[in-house]
Amino acid sequence: MQIAVLIKQVPDSDDVRMDEVTGTMIREGAGAMINPLDLHALQEALTIRSSQGGEVVALSMGPPQAEAALREALALGADAVVFLSDPRFAASDTWATARTLAAACERTGPYDLILAGEKATDGETGQVGPEVAVMLGVPFSTYVSRVEFDGCGSVEVSRTVEDGIERQKLPLPCLLTVLRDINEPAMPTLSGKKAARRAALTVQGMDSLGLSPDEAGLAGSPTRVRRIFRPSLARNPRIFKAGDIEEGIVALFDELESRGLIDEQGPS
Amino acid sequence: MRNPSASGDILVLGEVRSGRLHRVTLELTSKARSLADVLGGEVSTLLMYDRIDRDPRTIVHYGADRVTCVRDERLRLFDQEVQSTILSFVIGSTGPGIVLAPATTSGRTIMPAVAAMVGTGLTADCTGLEIEAGTGLLLQTRPAIGGNIMATITTPDDLPQMATVRPRTFAVPEPDPDRVGRVEELTLPDRCFESRVEPLGHEGSSGDDVNIQDRDVIISGGKGMKREESFRLLRELAELLDGGVGASRAAVDNKWIAYSHQVGLSGKVVAPKVYFAVGISGSVQHLAGMQTSGLVVAINKDPEAPIFRVADIGLCGDLFDIVPRLIEGLRERKGVSG
Ligand SMILES: Cc1cc2nc3c(=O)[nH]c(=O)nc-3n(C[C@H](O)[C@H](O)[C@H](O)COP(=O)(O)OP(=O)(O)OC[C@H]3O[C@@H](n4cnc5c(N)ncnc54)[C@H](O)[C@@H]3O)c2cc1C
Ligand SMILES: Nc1ncnc2c1ncn2[C@@H]1O[C@H](COP(=O)(O)O)[C@@H](O)[C@H]1O
Repeated sequence: MQIAVLIKQVPDSDDVRMDEVTGTMIREGAGAMINPLDLHALQEALTIRSSQGGEVVALSMGPPQAEAALREALALGADAVVFLSDPRFAASDTWATARTLAAACERTGPYDLILAGEKATDGETGQVGPEVAVMLGVPFSTYVSRVEFDGCGSVEVSRTVEDGIERQKLPLPCLLTVLRDINEPAMPTLSGKKAARRAALTVQGMDSLGLSPDEAGLAGSPTRVRRIFRPSLARNPRIFKAGDIEEGIVALFDELESRGLIDEQGPS
Repeated sequence: MRNPSASGDILVLGEVRSGRLHRVTLELTSKARSLADVLGGEVSTLLMYDRIDRDPRTIVHYGADRVTCVRDERLRLFDQEVQSTILSFVIGSTGPGIVLAPATTSGRTIMPAVAAMVGTGLTADCTGLEIEAGTGLLLQTRPAIGGNIMATITTPDDLPQMATVRPRTFAVPEPDPDRVGRVEELTLPDRCFESRVEPLGHEGSSGDDVNIQDRDVIISGGKGMKREESFRLLRELAELLDGGVGASRAAVDNKWIAYSHQVGLSGKVVAPKVYFAVGISGSVQHLAGMQTSGLVVAINKDPEAPIFRVADIGLCGDLFDIVPRLIEGLRERKGVSG
């Protein structure tokens, strides 16, 4: 079984502090890490490999420093990595990102299974997975919290949705985006760390993927960011302590009432 | 599909889940109405279902000029491939300038597939939609990086301009029973129902598990709750306010409550009218999931807890003392005997 895992490097939110005046994140000096939700996709791939055999290949598109995310994937047990980096990939939206990842899957595949995270913690769209699937012409499922193989070339998945669990069967090859509760990611192994350090990473760019400049990067992105602004989240905290708690509760009830959230039902 | 001469028509993807018309359908239809009025276009709402609990005509009263119903046995269980095929088919045959869908698990699954099929952009989770004067473009505003930044996005050259919108972002107006519009049943060729995905079944979860993103009130508990049993207190409070129960990651990691309740960077992003953070310190990652809520109420015994800085009302004290008092007080105000 050839398994591809799509991983994205995101800013490390652990390092980020809040600017108390503006209520925004201070990103300066913050590190980078694998999108935490993608670690679950990688872990699932490793688990599937141990029961079904085969290889796990991690793919990532990003700036030069995203190489670190792929080395981390190797340390965690990926057999191989594909690094997609080209200045012309900069400012890709989800469509252009998906186009690039799909081209890379085509070049380095074929894969029986492609796994992605539910969403990236920075962009938070969750669109790249389904878009890659459609561009590759393979069926897909999302919000997957459980995967089972039937041994006959298809996979049964459970999707966790608003009102319960949906079960679906998909033929291979297919693409799945997975939820955090699908597994517990393991820690990197010593041998993995060694392999990760030694590994030579080759970089693929627009030309080696056979993409034309209007298919990827900013020129290939249908969407444009027109404006970025910081929302004003200014609040005026009213804090009630010790002896004032009762007063605070009354203030709270008044707020709830003014929002129509306490409807008198009368004694029942 | 480059085509800058956008039509002013708007297509709304409605949502019918297990036979229930989701209210986000009405929210999006009425928002689409106000946008279409600026553009001088029509609003169509597309519904795909095998059964429905309301007369589709009611959607006309919320602003649709046309309600297109695809009613078929084969739509009983969710099938992303069938729904994406049908939506692209309808886009192809009606040529809307804008397509809006709910940012629910279904909408967020179907829309990217359709965007890739028709070759256009898609903006996720919008909280603001406006028509730009002069260009007629849809200005799609969405939070990014946990609500710390807002970005306004356009799709200037491709059609349709597509966006998903979080439920409860736009209000449902009073229906206008005199509004006229058409309701039509669309019969589609069999190939629209062909799918490589085989839906096997759907197991509903208990009422407690109703998606918290759909709630007006969310009561979240954190590490300060100490153990699983104390979430009972939050459920009681939630019930009195017709709310849902959320959690910090610390509570989820302790297995006191399921991941589907986690609020934050790696959980759900919520924006209810009222958000209670009970025994939650207010880490950056937690704030990322709730700071755009209406009223924020923090209950914490540590006066230095960062959550107090983003709260409107802070009750500084022991939650095991305060929450029972809230429950009792609410019962009194509501006149419910405890
Ligand atoms: C990549 C990444 C992603 C993350 N994603 C998320 C996410 O999505 N959501 C999330 O929530 N976190 C997330 N976290 C974790 C986050 O950093 C914090 O660890 C977590 O939010 C802390 O949860 P907490 O506030 O419940 O616990 P704590 O920080 O331990 O706070 C507990 C609070 O309860 C108070 N308390 C204790 N006892 C009482 C009492 N009897 N009465 C009143 N108050 C009491 C304490 O004063 C304290 O402030 C993420 C972390 C990382 C690294
Ligand atoms: N640049 C990228 N490189 C590799 N995988 C990506 C990239 N961007 C997104 N993905 C994958 O797509 C998922 C959803 O990302 P997003 O649509 O950006 O929220 C992520 O969890 C990754 O699995």
